[in-house]
Amino acid sequence: MAMLCTLGLMYKLLNYNKEFKSALTISIPVMMGYLVLGFAFGLLLSSFNYDWYLAPIMSIFIYAGALQFVAIGFFNAKMGLIDIAIATIFINIRQSFYGLSLLKKFKHTGKFKKYLIFGLTDETYGLLTTVEEDKKLSKKHFYFFLTALNQSYWIIGSTVGAIIGSNIDFNTNGLEFSLTALFIVLCIEQYKKLKNILPFIIGGLASLLAFIIVPSDKMLITSIILSLVLLLTFEKRIENDK
Amino acid sequence: MTNNEIYLAIIVMSFTNYLTRLFPFIFFLKKDPPKIVVYIETYFPPVIMTILIFYSIKDINLTVYPYGLKELIAILFTASIHLWKNNYLVSIFGGTIFYMLLVQY
Repeated sequence: MAMLCTLGLMYKLLNYNKEFKSALTISIPVMMGYLVLGFAFGLLLSSFNYDWYLAPIMSIFIYAGALQFVAIGFFNAKMGLIDIAIATIFINIRQSFYGLSLLKKFKHTGKFKKYLIFGLTDETYGLLTTVEEDKKLSKKHFYFFLTALNQSYWIIGSTVGAIIGSNIDFNTNGLEFSLTALFIVLCIEQYKKLKNILPFIIGGLASLLAFIIVPSDKMLITSIILSLVLLLTFEKRIENDK
Repeated sequence: MTNNEIYLAIIVMSFTNYLTRLFPFIFFLKKDPPKIVVYIETYFPPVIMTILIFYSIKDINLTVYPYGLKELIAILFTASIHLWKNNYLVSIFGGTIFYMLLVQY
């Protein structure tokens, strides 16, 4: 039954050729990024000897770049489920902001809405909020194709990376630095946007403190809690420091 | 983790991740978010990104040679090429290859 519904939906989507082509053109910059970064994620996952098919499973159901990279660390550390849930919330809290500026855009998207919200990654959000829409196109189909194309690049990149990583044997020592590098880049981009150094100092202090007082598998949760306390204590300072 | 534990972890992450994206659509359809929520959502992302840099290198040993110097150099290298070229793919791959060379040779 579900199969039939999916086939029916796919048949209907065939009528929206123009929307698809437009979404494809606009998604090309993301294609490059997701194929390459997804590939790195897949490669890193298989370098720890996890099964390759975990890569597509994660990319289909989780679909969040930074989180998927960090998840490999969760698996390695055998982190508890509650700790994982808390860490996930705070790693992705920036996404809670995205919806605010899309409330109107997504209002009349009907049955696509749930998927559009699911697929709100940094890059998809960026495209959705900056792209000028063609008035002649059906908006909800255009949004859907854009989101689905971006996710498919991520799935393809990560799957290929994981398969290659598990079949070709090469020295992957140091590959885990791709995670560090990803966060350095995100940090710099955050700074450009915010122009305020205090949150970074709080993050650094909280990490160092957690590093000293708790074993390394509890470090992430401890630093999140410590930094929240600091962030709330110095609320006035931080807001005035713009 | 065994594969079954990993599947559970993936379910938890999928669900929680979807919730963070769904959150504003459920709670702020009619009213504006409270000030404290806006504050956390504005200032927490840079905090967590900094924490994650430290978290990703938490297993280095600072008491034995090379005392974490390789990580420090690679971090500075990555930050510099990002400020210079401003292309996140170049920065991530350049930084990773640089670090791999440092630890392998």
